[in-house]
Amino acid sequence: MAMLSHEQVRVGDTLPPLTLRPINRTTLALYAGASGDHNQIHIDIDFARKAGMPDVFAHGMLSAAYLGRLLTAWVPQSQLRKITVRFTGITQLGHVPHLTGHVAEELEQNGERCVRVEIRCENQYGEHKVVGDAIVALS
Amino acid sequence: MADKSLIGRSTGVTTVEVEKGRLRFFAKAIGETDPIYTDEAAAKAAGYRSLPVPPTFLMCLESEGRNPQSIVEDVMGFDLGRILHAEQGFTYHAMAFAGDVLTFDTHIVDVYEKKGGALTFVVQETRVTNQAGEHIADLRSSLVQR
Repeated sequence: MAMLSHEQVRVGDTLPPLTLRPINRTTLALYAGASGDHNQIHIDIDFARKAGMPDVFAHGMLSAAYLGRLLTAWVPQSQLRKITVRFTGITQLGHVPHLTGHVAEELEQNGERCVRVEIRCENQYGEHKVVGDAIVALS
Repeated sequence: MADKSLIGRSTGVTTVEVEKGRLRFFAKAIGETDPIYTDEAAAKAAGYRSLPVPPTFLMCLESEGRNPQSIVEDVMGFDLGRILHAEQGFTYHAMAFAGDVLTFDTHIVDVYEKKGGALTFVVQETRVTNQAGEHIADLRSSLVQR
């Protein structure tokens, strides 16, 4: 993937969106194993119910990892300077993560020409689950 | 229960070797289709020395060799069934690759309440360096007990 230059990017540009398959129990089991996050609330329905939740639910960091994919499908990872995300809602089983982003601002940081990209993960009902920004350096 | 006396406390200094198998398993778990994250030849063709550590995987490596459940329950005094991840930040200084040996140095940097004490937040920061002492990234993680 070629480096993205400042001539190729404008405020308001949108990133190619990414839609994932619906979240199921296998998704969560695989993410628990691969990430090393073994919190039972994401994989054991008995534990989740004892904690007052109707069922297991997705790791917030799974959606954050999908946002990482959204960004690295747009620019080489070597251009990523920062990602900040807030977890605003719980992703339940059956939710379909839909990832979008747009260029919000041009800025200079540590002598590099950069853009701030607003990114979000929402479900099929348009409910925001993770919102955040990324700083991307441009050549 | 977490209070401001925790600020400054270390929650671990751990060193982890980045393994290719772990990276491929993570790529599978997140549905990654870009071959540079699973195929070393593709990664090298893209100019990388081996499989890259993807942007959020640093947080997974941070928990290696630690007992996150014990940190949450015994250090923060939180109930595992009532905590949620509120915010996560990554500041990148250099990329990390399979074969690197990364050190994660974590401290509690803030503790605060919201909604009249109904929510307690604990913020941790982690400095990540590689085997050459190069500064790879800084992680910032905020947990909340509801």
